This record gives sequence, C-alpha cells and structure tokens, in this order.
Amino acid sequence: MSKKPIKVEAKDVNAYYGDFHAIKGINIAMEENTVTAFIGPSGCGKSTFLRIFNRMNDYIDGFKTEGEILLDGQNIYAKNVQVDELRKKVGMVFQKPNPFPKSIYENVVYGLKIQGVSNKAALTEAAERALKQAALWNEVKDNLNKSALALSGGQQQRLCIARALAISPSVLLMDEPASALDPISTAKIEELIHELKEQYTIVIVTHNMQQAARVSDTTAFFYMGELVEHAKTKTMFTNPKDSRTQDYITGRFG
Amino acid sequence: MKASEKIIEFLLWLAAAITILITVGIIWVLLSGSLPFFQEVSIVEFLTAKQWTPLFAQKRFGIMPLVAGTFLTTAIAIAVALPIGLTIAIYLNEYAPSRLKRTIKPLLEILATIPTVVYGFFALTVVTPFLQSFIPGLAGFNALSPGIVMGIMIIPMISSLSEDAISSVPKSLREASYGMGSTRLQTAFRVMVPAASSGIIVSVILAISRAVGETMIVAIAAGQQPRLTLNPLVPVETITTYIVQVSLGDVPHGSLEYRTIFAAGIVLFIFTFALNNLSFWIKKKYQEKYD
Repeated sequence: MSKKPIKVEAKDVNAYYGDFHAIKGINIAMEENTVTAFIGPSGCGKSTFLRIFNRMNDYIDGFKTEGEILLDGQNIYAKNVQVDELRKKVGMVFQKPNPFPKSIYENVVYGLKIQGVSNKAALTEAAERALKQAALWNEVKDNLNKSALALSGGQQQRLCIARALAISPSVLLMDEPASALDPISTAKIEELIHELKEQYTIVIVTHNMQQAARVSDTTAFFYMGELVEHAKTKTMFTNPKDSRTQDYITGRFG
Repeated sequence: MKASEKIIEFLLWLAAAITILITVGIIWVLLSGSLPFFQEVSIVEFLTAKQWTPLFAQKRFGIMPLVAGTFLTTAIAIAVALPIGLTIAIYLNEYAPSRLKRTIKPLLEILATIPTVVYGFFALTVVTPFLQSFIPGLAGFNALSPGIVMGIMIIPMISSLSEDAISSVPKSLREASYGMGSTRLQTAFRVMVPAASSGIIVSVILAISRAVGETMIVAIAAGQQPRLTLNPLVPVETITTYIVQVSLGDVPHGSLEYRTIFAAGIVLFIFTFALNNLSFWIKKKYQEKYD
C-alpha cells in the first residue's frame, strides 16, 4: 500500500476558533486512491480538520489556520491559491443531503455551468456519467427534470455525490455522508465509496466505527483536537497502539 | 373558565371583529358610492374611454389615463427600487460583515419613516430641477421625478423583505455552492436568489402595492393632469391624486363629479387588494420547504 504516491498531506496544522485551539499540531499523509476514515468522539475536531482540506472554514469569523496542507505537493494555504480553483479539485459531500431547489439535471451540471460550460451535449454527457458513477442513473434517468427535493434522502445524498463528481475533482471529502440515512441507503453509499476510490482519493468523517472498518483503508483517530493515531484500518481495529484509541473503539467512551 | 378570562377572550374577539367590520364598511362605502355613478356612466365607457375630464364642461369618464399615470409612476419606482433593494439585500447577506449589517439595516429603515410629504417636496424642489439640468424636455411636473423618489422610499421594503428571504435559505445550500468552487457572486445569483425567489417576488408585489397607493409624492410632483401616456417627461395624474383633488376641491357632494372618486377608489382598492392577495398566495404556494 505504501507504494502509492501521497496525494494530500497536512504538516503541523493548528487551527483556532477565536481563542479556542481546535486542531493541535496535526501531521498526516493520505495516499492516492485510498479511503481514509476520520473517527473520534463529538467535538474532537475531525469535521473541522476535514474542512481545512477545501478551506471551507475560511468563511467562519475568527477562524485561523496555521501550517501547510499539501495537495499534490502544493500548499493550498499559499497566498496565490484561488480558493474556488482549489474546490474544483477537492469536492465535498456534506452530512445532510443539500441538493439545490432545482431539477436533478440542474443540480448535477451546476458545477460545470459555473465554470462556463454551456455546450448542451457536453453537459448532458457529464450529467449521465456523474449520475452513473453515483449509482443513481437507473433511478432517475427518466425524470431528470424532476425537482431534486422530491427524491428520497438516500437518493438526494447520491445526487450530491454525483454533483460533486461532475466537476471531476481528484479528492473527495465526505463529512458523515450517511449519518442522516437509513441502513439500506447507507449500504449503497458505502458500496459507492468502494468503487469511487479507483478514481478518487477519499477522506470520510464518520461516527460509526463499523462504517470506518468497512469502507476505509486507513483510519485516523482524533481526540481533543489531536491526531492520536493513524494506521491501516485493520491494524487500528485489532491492535491499536494508544490506550485512548483502544478505549474509544471498544466503546468505553465516545 | 374564570369570568375574567371570558372577558379577556371577548375583548380579543372584539378587536378582531372591529378590524373586519371596518374593512367591510370601507368596501360598503366604496360600493354604495360608486353604484349610482355606474348607473349614469356605463362600465364599458369607464374602462375604454381615453379621456378623464369629469370636472370639465365636456365630461368624459375614462379611467385609463389615471390607470396609466399610476402604472407609469409605479413602474418607475419599481425600476429604481428593485435593482437597488436587491443589491443591498445580496450585499448584506453575502458580503457585509455582521456588524456592518446590524448598522445598515436600521439605517435603511429610516428611509421608510420619512413623511411622504417631505419626499414629495424633495421630488419637486430638488430632483426635478436636477433632472431638468440634463433632460431638456422634462416638464416642471412629470412622472419621472416622483417615480424615482417613490422608488427610493420603497427601497427598504424590498431590501429588508428580500434580505429576510435570502437569509432564511439554509446555510447548507451556500456551503454546497462554495464547495463546488463557486465564487460569492455565483453563489448569490445562482443559488441564494433563486432559492429565495418566492420571498423576493412577494417583497416586490408588496412594494408595487405600496407605490400604487402612494398619494402625497405624486400629488405634489406629478402635476395632476390626467393623460393617457407612458411618457415619463410630462405631467400625469394617478388614481390617488385624482381622489385628493376632488376631495379637497369644491365639487358639490352627491353630484356625478363627486361620485367619480368612489369609482376611482374602487379601482384602486381592487388593484391593491389583488396585489396583496397575490403575494399571500405566492408565499403560501411557492415558499420552498426546508427542514
């Protein structure tokens, strides 16, 4: 596994909400075409840390990030980086499905349209490709002009994944993507993650340790803003090094 | 139930009942005043004749010139207020730091508290001469100047209601848009404004309703000359100003001339009533449901 090149790397990352030190000196590297799971109790900083990778925290008043995040070796916090360009490479799927109040088709092609793509054939083709990748195509192909809000929660979330994939990012950040879904929809999303890692580097935040064990190649355990341990998922769940990881995955707290 | 509670309940009911009774009373007065008018003037003539000269020897009773005047000043007002109001709403929501937002919103509301007679005076003595300095054909009384000033007056209505509508769009949609590499401007115009469109449309309809019923500004600065025109440079008269003109004049009570104001009043009432109901209906039907 260590043969794969490193896609994303955090170096000495600290982050603050005002005076609150939320992320404490984290170093982590994620390899290309792998799934990394972030686990840890609520408030441990895992979601905050995830949102550092596409600079989603930039809009929060008083939020400050220190250190370097390297995407393909380039620091995304460097002065000359265009945030909107960065986010075209680092897609994000949120905890609650958040489709736009538009048609299914308009949702999927949104990212391309804002990039100025107006060729109808290209948009239609991209929409079909993304919906197929998100395993939603067969369910919606006859109703592309239907409102996205009419879909079920699980379908909405796959639509949001399709929307993120349509602009061909190389990294996909998923913030508890299945926490608001029923078990069947969750299973579909997990299956999808397995397929998507062929083409994307995926980072997933999850509260559900079984989920982390099922979908990820490596797992990182966060506690009180620190990265306690990052290892192959199998090792992590069978033979954790740190006693806090041990306590958390055996359910002693969290 | 205790007696005191019963009394309070009755008083609350009474307050509601009185409001409804007054509304019904106003409609009754308008109807009973205009019915004799429509016995003498046919509705067809009222709606189709091109002149409105009830106070002249040669009497014509076509409401269209007054409707045109009302439409013209209202259209100018909306043309001013909608772009500015919406821009302010977007700026406050997407760009302004929260402290600035807290300062600007109440300041804008001041615009709505200025007495309309002051606005009218402002239109006549400041805006019209200013416009005349670069629009040579502009008459001293015209539709343009009061229209613009009326637009300024209703800016806070549009900006405030639109701002409420935009800020009630869930944060998650904004994040989704940013997350795909949208700029703030793209997020504002492609996600936030469309998602808030029902609220924005409602704000515009209420603003139109306000402009249609506005009296003092146009009475002072528009010229009180009924004219079937869409030319903003010449004097016009709106429905409201006609009513003022007759009410204040020496037209004898009970005459046909006097009854014209009830007919004009009912047209005005139908307009504003329809607009308010339309906004209510849109709000109910199209408001996006977010959980």
